[in-house]
Amino acid sequence: MADIAFLALTVITIGSAIAALEMRSLIYGSIALMGTLGGIAGFFLLLDAPFVALFQIAVYVGSIAVLILFTVMLVKRELIFKKIEDKRRKFAGIGLMLIVMVSLGAIFIDSGIKTITTDEPPVDFRDIGADFVIYYWPALILMGLILAGTVTGALVLARRVDVEDDQRTN
Amino acid sequence: MTNELIDFTLVSVALLGIGIYGLAVKRNFIRMLFAIEIIINAANLNLVAFGRFIPDSGGQTLALFSIAIAATEVAIGLSLIIVAYRMYQNVDIADFRSLKG
Repeated sequence: MADIAFLALTVITIGSAIAALEMRSLIYGSIALMGTLGGIAGFFLLLDAPFVALFQIAVYVGSIAVLILFTVMLVKRELIFKKIEDKRRKFAGIGLMLIVMVSLGAIFIDSGIKTITTDEPPVDFRDIGADFVIYYWPALILMGLILAGTVTGALVLARRVDVEDDQRTN
Repeated sequence: MTNELIDFTLVSVALLGIGIYGLAVKRNFIRMLFAIEIIINAANLNLVAFGRFIPDSGGQTLALFSIAIAATEVAIGLSLIIVAYRMYQNVDIADFRSLKG
């Protein structure tokens, strides 16, 4: 049976996920998305994974959400508050959401997952560090290269060529 | 531990459903990115939950990789939004017609 902290986190996470998609203002929407990401970090703490929880807070709540907020601020003011959607599509979307939730939920409840419980101690974060350097070091190096490449790619994509040319002529 | 694996799985199914709804209904590029983030977080929650109940450190390791890759995905997605916004002065994906094949 779930405890109070779990129920509170569930309400926060799912409520702010709906708010992130449905709020009229994109700025409030991105703040609500921060709530969802923080709620997931809380779930990680409940699952005895403090290392992943802190990583989640540092990367998602700390950097990604702030990056999204800055991008939203670059967009025109009227576009931030404009909601673009049509009614029929919305009802179809709600239907699709309910089908996914009910069918996948029924499959999971009906499967053997319900009987899985554990009394074993949680995984030590030193094991995760050992995993990274012993087994997954090629993947770690590859990930570092991908991160560097992606940040460079993002900077090149967002660069304004016309402004630079103007500056050069001046 | 009082919480069971099925509880975490059901939360992640709910988040997946909300994310799919957002991708299907919203036409705003930034909101679609929100929906993708919600779906990725649902997957990470599942990874860590299964890793706790098996128990195995692989779940948390994979979740850490997944979080880092999601960060790069957001960086590229946001720079694409900025480029598209500069070209079309809009964030409605229906306006991005020249991207059609």
